[in-house]
Amino acid sequence: MATQNRSFRTPRANVTGLGAAHHGTEHFWRQRLTALANLLLIVPFLWILAAAYGRDYASAVAIVSHPFSAVVLLLLVVSVAIHMRIGMTVVIEDYLPNRAQRVVAVIANTFFCAAVGLVGVFAIVKLSVGRLLL
Amino acid sequence: MAEFSLPKNSRISEGKTWPKPASAARITTFRIYRWNPDDGKNPVIDTYYVDRDDCGPMVLDALLWIKNNVDPTLTLRRSCREGICGSCSMNINGANTLACTIGIDECVDKGVVRIYPLPHMPVVKDLVPDLTTFYAQHAAIEPYLKTVTPAPEKEWRQSPEDRQKLDGLYECILCACCSTSCPSYWWNGSRYMGPAALLQAYRWLIDSRDEDTGARLDKLEDPFRLYRCHTIMNCANVCPKHLNPAKAIAEIKKMMVVRQV
Repeated sequence: MATQNRSFRTPRANVTGLGAAHHGTEHFWRQRLTALANLLLIVPFLWILAAAYGRDYASAVAIVSHPFSAVVLLLLVVSVAIHMRIGMTVVIEDYLPNRAQRVVAVIANTFFCAAVGLVGVFAIVKLSVGRLLL
Repeated sequence: MAEFSLPKNSRISEGKTWPKPASAARITTFRIYRWNPDDGKNPVIDTYYVDRDDCGPMVLDALLWIKNNVDPTLTLRRSCREGICGSCSMNINGANTLACTIGIDECVDKGVVRIYPLPHMPVVKDLVPDLTTFYAQHAAIEPYLKTVTPAPEKEWRQSPEDRQKLDGLYECILCACCSTSCPSYWWNGSRYMGPAALLQAYRWLIDSRDEDTGARLDKLEDPFRLYRCHTIMNCANVCPKHLNPAKAIAEIKKMMVVRQV
């Protein structure tokens, strides 16, 4: 293990470290909630995808902008973005032992997932409600 | 990135091939990891030939046969030779187990038995790993009864049903086969408690006599200490006592959720 050092700290002090963070359960729970949501939402999503497939732009937009499709797509994009962030954070924590790299990667991951999620939300809102406002 | 290749001073090369025993009818080849902290050299794999007609059936018998008859410098831990002390845990043909409870014929692969120390631990010498951190993790979960209620005159009483909940948990012999087979423990071994310590943590969490459950959970609730377990299940696969640390960890996570949701 890379953390074995030659200092005179006791093994117990090394194991205790900075103590427990007293969180993590809400991530664990949210990961499972979003997993369930993704599973449920993927069915109507595939249905919308199949319905819009091969149509011309106007009728595809009509399908996607239907209130039911728009809400399903919005929920899915938000749920997937949250799930993606948690999953990638876990991978980063597993494989990046260097603390500085880890912090930078966690920040980049959060920004990336927020951006992907918001771009998706914006696109769906623009297609559905946006047409009415313009 | 996590280190997927061995550091330069840990790269293994071919070592010595020891002579075959004269006039042996049945021979099994043992390829064994050797490293001596005193000679400044990298680890090597030595090849030994064991006369099976002169040797007991277990891998530990073969190791001691080699130590007695071929090479007395071969270093390993062993004590009880019956799977209760947990000393002779090592990596035998790719899986961590106890050398004393695995038969040579059970693990031999095309006539060869390959033996390494427990993975991803600092090596003291040959097959002896440094388990200091592992033991400190066990101590850190405070594996003893903690109560606020003054001790009764006689023993703390427990119903047979509550006692049964400890079956499959108390039998752990701290051989470290599980923790050192866990990739999460390899990558974050100083922050993740590891399956062995968490199995013992659960043993005290569900003990009906213990009054420290909440504080015990508080000390484990941490993205690294507990939640590094990704249910890989290597721990349950290798446990020589056939325990299931992965299930115990899942039960701890369940307790964490129950007290929040």
